[in-house]
Amino acid sequence: MAQAVEKVATSPKEHDALISGSEAIAVACKLADVDVITAYPIRPYDTVMQYVAKLVSNGELDCEYIVAESEHSQFEIVKHASAAGARVFCGSSGVGWMYAFEALTVTPALRIPMVAMVGNRALDDPGAFGVEHNDALAVRDLGWQLVWVDNAQEALDTALIAYRVAEDRRVFLPCAIACDGAFLTHSQSQVKIPPQEWVKRFLPPYNRGDLLLHPDNPITVAPQVNEDWLMEIRKHNDEAMKRSKTVIREAYAEFAKIFGRDYGNPFFEEYQTQDADVVLVGMGTLSMPVKVAIRRMRAEGKKVGFVRIRWFRPFVAEELAATLGRFKAVGIIDRDFSFGSPYTSGVLATEVRAALYPAEKRPPVLAFICGLGGREVTVPDVQRMSEMLLRAAAGERQPLTTWVGIRE
Amino acid sequence: MADAIETTLPTQQLEAMKGVKKVPLEEFFTSGHRTCQGCESALVMKLMVKAAGPRTIVLGSTGCMYVANTTYYSTSWVVPWMHTQLGSSGSAGMGTAAALKVLMRKGKMKEEPINVIAFCGDGGGADMGLSAISAALTHPQYNFLILLYDNESYANTDIQLSGLTPYGAHTTFSPPGKAKRIMHRRWKKNVAGMLAAGHPECRYVATVDASYAVEMMNRVRKALTIGGPTFIHSLDPCPKGWDYDPMLSHELGELAVDAGVWPLYEVENGLLKLYGRTKQIAEKRARRKPVRDFLLKQGRFAHFTDDDIDYFQAKIDEMWTKWLIPGVIPFHTELDRDQPPA
Repeated sequence: MAQAVEKVATSPKEHDALISGSEAIAVACKLADVDVITAYPIRPYDTVMQYVAKLVSNGELDCEYIVAESEHSQFEIVKHASAAGARVFCGSSGVGWMYAFEALTVTPALRIPMVAMVGNRALDDPGAFGVEHNDALAVRDLGWQLVWVDNAQEALDTALIAYRVAEDRRVFLPCAIACDGAFLTHSQSQVKIPPQEWVKRFLPPYNRGDLLLHPDNPITVAPQVNEDWLMEIRKHNDEAMKRSKTVIREAYAEFAKIFGRDYGNPFFEEYQTQDADVVLVGMGTLSMPVKVAIRRMRAEGKKVGFVRIRWFRPFVAEELAATLGRFKAVGIIDRDFSFGSPYTSGVLATEVRAALYPAEKRPPVLAFICGLGGREVTVPDVQRMSEMLLRAAAGERQPLTTWVGIRE
Repeated sequence: MADAIETTLPTQQLEAMKGVKKVPLEEFFTSGHRTCQGCESALVMKLMVKAAGPRTIVLGSTGCMYVANTTYYSTSWVVPWMHTQLGSSGSAGMGTAAALKVLMRKGKMKEEPINVIAFCGDGGGADMGLSAISAALTHPQYNFLILLYDNESYANTDIQLSGLTPYGAHTTFSPPGKAKRIMHRRWKKNVAGMLAAGHPECRYVATVDASYAVEMMNRVRKALTIGGPTFIHSLDPCPKGWDYDPMLSHELGELAVDAGVWPLYEVENGLLKLYGRTKQIAEKRARRKPVRDFLLKQGRFAHFTDDDIDYFQAKIDEMWTKWLIPGVIPFHTELDRDQPPA
């Protein structure tokens, strides 16, 4: 990696490197000239901090790198560093993320534009290293922007975009980049690393403005309020999250101009949807087996498509509903659970159903729980889900929620 | 070798005030708060930031000194102030100090020594926040002071017992009843001694008592000037929690020291120094007052029998006669006993 990063300083062009998702985000921290980074070990996210530590020890990244004594402190330290004007990076996984939950709660409330990486991991108990999305999803109501990526290139690019969006004064909300544990955090792929100069053009310095905690700006941050003001303060955050949609669009457009990589619709990716009868919807690295299965089924004349959601918060409900309304049936693959939720499905399925409710065209929605605890989502799993969708599209009654790939 | 120790930013050189007439008149903690009448912790806030001066950032963890001092639109803080979570004073101090250090190093902020003070109550500091404070004190490259204002209960939430509530005290979580007169049987943690002994790189740890205001402010100044992470533990009489007439706050602060319940000391670069009344007691120039005088002025000990008072007295006597370092280090060594007679 040292070699990969050294080139950045000297070359005016991007260069290729074979790196993992975690390493890609560490490189993004260097490119973004992050000021304060805090680490605490938990698999699988901690690989990013191992790469950061190497960058620091080799003198390639000038930052305060603090190994905290818990995730709670880890997130509190960077929260305060950000309030004092520093660009910060943090991250965690699974129950580590949950241990930090109090800090995660106040971070968006304080309008702290922290960027964090969640290496998605199953929550204890029993202990399991593999991916589930429940950790990151736990903050979905709090004002965190949440984006799922599915490859190392996208991880790097999204980290740079996340800083630009989070630190935009119209937003000033934290952003968590969710990376599937192992499948992305630990898997290497070819990544184009942009030169520092491009990043400088794309990412303005962090300016906390009149919210900076400094003797020249003697403000009182987060004074005690009660029913007389809290509702208005909550509304400010609501408006900021709404504005984030516009800022995300602008950031992707600018990113495409400077870096030459155009992600199209920033919020969700469509795969073979143009003529599809039915589509699957999911987040993260399960896109790989889904896309392989779709190619096979297409060869058999079955018109299946895929919608991969990137930004879960903000959630583009109207746009997504309009897209999904084009199909005869929609299947949501949740790599998470939500016990006792409507139709006992997953979080994503519940959100998509809610998004569809006011829409004009509401295709039948089937929910699938799949790939928990890092279990592989296989091509036959995807084929089974697609077959159920095709039957639903033909008017046949199907169960509303199905656990797929589970021992009978 | 040069690489072995990370550089620290210069600190403000705050000189000790020689007498009350040398104390600056300027206030940085002013009107706008709504602490109780006789609140000693509010005085601690006022003296703390008066000693530190205007180029100071204060971080306050949840507790009385958050809730009562920073009502929306009527903040009492003249210097920049930010709330931090109950267990986060250590992290708040360190995060802020780290930001100042890196931003000044990278030229993103004008270079100047800025004081960073993070305060916590006894619940936030000695219970929930102990782990973060301990971690923070192991980072000598950052300059900040953690001040624990100890009113000996979770006073803001309704007087519940904390790890620093004294033995036997009546709190809403330890009410004396018909079956159990003494509900709270744990002895108060020795926080300053524990932090001084456990963090050899921490350059300054002190106990203070705002009844001795100038001494207290000078210790804040020393903690900020000496550099690195430092810790001060202040004992604050609390009319509501200790249940006494608010006019007695100052007197109770003195009595705590006079009775030997609250020893005043500082550990500066590893050197332990007793000071004030405590020093006089240790040097036998003053007599310790009976704890009875201290306890019975407080309603929270009103249920104590003579036996309870005797037990309390015996524990305080033990602290002064048996501890390796009286009032600071609570064990004795076999070594002393094993020495052959001279």
